[in-house]
Amino acid sequence: MTQLIVDHLTVHYADDTPPILQDLSLEVNSGDLVVVLGASGSGKTTLLNAIAGFAAASHGTVSLNGLHVTTPGADRGVVFQDDVLLPWQNVAENIGFALKLAGQAESEIKLRVQALLALVHLPGFDERAIWQLSGGQRQRVGLARALAADPELLLLDEPFGALDAVIREDMQCLLLSVWQETYKPMLLITHDIEEALFLATRLVILAPAPAGIVETLELPFSRRFANGETARAIKSSTDFIALREHVLAKVFAHHVRTATITHPVEHQ
Amino acid sequence: MALSGYSKESAAVSHYPAATSSESPTSRKAETPAAITSAKSARGRTLLHRPLTISLLTLASVLLIWWGITASHLVPALFLPAPDSVVHQFVHLLQVGYMGIPLWAHLATSLGRIGLAFLLAASIAVPLGIAAGLYPRVRAVVDPLVEFYRPIPPLAYLPLIVIWLGIGEGAKVTLIYLAIFAPVFIATVTGVRAVDQSKIRAAQSLGATGWQVIRHVVIPASLGQILTGLRIGLGVGWSTLVAAELIASTQGLGFMVQSAAQLLQTDVVVIGILIIALIALSVELGLRALQRKYVPWDQPH
Repeated sequence: MTQLIVDHLTVHYADDTPPILQDLSLEVNSGDLVVVLGASGSGKTTLLNAIAGFAAASHGTVSLNGLHVTTPGADRGVVFQDDVLLPWQNVAENIGFALKLAGQAESEIKLRVQALLALVHLPGFDERAIWQLSGGQRQRVGLARALAADPELLLLDEPFGALDAVIREDMQCLLLSVWQETYKPMLLITHDIEEALFLATRLVILAPAPAGIVETLELPFSRRFANGETARAIKSSTDFIALREHVLAKVFAHHVRTATITHPVEHQ
Repeated sequence: MALSGYSKESAAVSHYPAATSSESPTSRKAETPAAITSAKSARGRTLLHRPLTISLLTLASVLLIWWGITASHLVPALFLPAPDSVVHQFVHLLQVGYMGIPLWAHLATSLGRIGLAFLLAASIAVPLGIAAGLYPRVRAVVDPLVEFYRPIPPLAYLPLIVIWLGIGEGAKVTLIYLAIFAPVFIATVTGVRAVDQSKIRAAQSLGATGWQVIRHVVIPASLGQILTGLRIGLGVGWSTLVAAELIASTQGLGFMVQSAAQLLQTDVVVIGILIIALIALSVELGLRALQRKYVPWDQPH
C-alpha cells in the first residue's frame, strides 16, 4: 500500500519572499489518480517539485510510506512537460535507463523495456532515435521511462501541455489505461480543467498562496472510462459539463485579475 | 475548447487563420511529414553536394589563376613559383629531403609536437572544464588564470617560456599546449553549464547518483561543445606550431618554412604551407565526422 502524505507543507524560494505554497496538506493512496488543478502561479509546479525532491520544504514534510522525502529518488517516477529524454540514447535505452543505473542485467532490462513499449503502444520503437519521434510519442517514451523502475508513485508535471488537442485526448486515454493496468498511484498537475476532470479520481483545486487548496472533489469519470465509456461520451455528458462550469467558476473566483477581461475566442 | 483561455491551445489557435488561410487544418497536417522529408533532403543536397562542387570549383579557379599569373611571367618566380616547379620541388623534397632530413621526418616531428601538446591539453582541459562547469569554486580558481593568459598571443610569452624551459622540446610543446588549452577549457565549461537542468532532474528521479549524472547526462550533453573546443584548439595549435618552431629548431614543418624563406626558396615555403593546410584540414574534417557520429542531435549549423 502506497501512501504519500504532504503535511502542512510551506515552500519559500528565498527567506524574504512570500511563500509559494503555504501550509498545504494532501494525501495520495494506492489506486488514486490525484489531479492538482491550478492557474499559472498557483504553486502547483512547486508542489510537484517538493514531492519529487527538487525543491526543499521550508516548513512541514513530504513523506512516502513513512519515509521523509528530501532528495529525488527512483521511488517517485516523474513525467515532465518538457522533452527531457536523453537524445544520446535511443528509445529502448531511455526507457531502460533507470534499470541500467540500478545495475540490472541487460537481458532483464530488455524484457522490461519490451513490456513497457507494449504498455504505451509503441511496439518496435526500440531502436528509434529520440529526435525522430513526434511530441506524443516522446511523452509516451517519457511515461514508460518513469514507470521502468517500478516507482511507488508517479508524478506528472503537465505532461500533455505541449500537445495538440487530438493527441492530448489520445494521451489522456492512454494514461488512464496505464493507470488501470499498473494500478500506480498518480499525482498529475495541470491547468487544463477538462483534462483535470476527466483524469482525476480526486481533483484538488489550488489557488495562489495563502489561499491554497480551495476545493477537493471526488470524481467518477476516470472509473467510467475504465468501465468502457468513451472519452467523448464522458466529456460531453451533462454531469461532466456541469462540473466543468462549477470548477471554472471556482478557478475564476480565485484568479487575480491583472488586466481587463477579454473574452476567450470561441473556436468553431 | 471553451476552456481555451486556460490552455496552451489558445496560442496555437490564434495562429490558425494566418497559417491556413488557403487550406483546411487536416490537409495541412497530412502534408507536414512529406514537407519535412523533402525539406531535409533538399537541405542534404545543398549542404553536401552542391557546396562541395562549388568549393572544388573555387579551388580549381585559384589554381588556374596561379598558373595564369606564373605562365604569363607577371610576377617573378621568387615571389610566386609556378605550380609545376612547386610539384617538381615537392618530388625533389620527397627524394632527398630538406636540410639533410627527409620530408617525412619534418612532418613526423611537427605532428609529434602538436599531437603531444593536444593530448596533454585535452586530457587536462576537458576534466578540469567539467569540474569548473559543475562547481563554482573550481571555476573561481581556474577561470581567472585562463582568462588572464588567453588573450596574450603565444609569441608574446614565448621568450618567457624559453627562459624557463630552455630551447628544447619542452618549450615547444608547452607553447602549443597553452594555446590549445584555453579554447578547450572554455568550450567545456560553457558546454557543461549549458546542460539542461531538467535533464539532470530527470536522471536524478530515475535514481542516478552524482557520478552517474555526470557520466550519463553532463558529459554526453556537453560533448558537442567539447568537440567544437577541440577543433578550435587544434586550429590554434597549428598556428602556434610555426611560432614554436622558431625556437632553435632543426626539424619540423614550421622550421622548414621559415628557413626556406630565409634562403628565398619560395617553392619550399609554398609546399610547407600546403602540407600544414592539408593536415589541419583533414584533422578538422575528422573531428567534424566524429561530431556527426557522436552528437547527431547537436549539429553546428
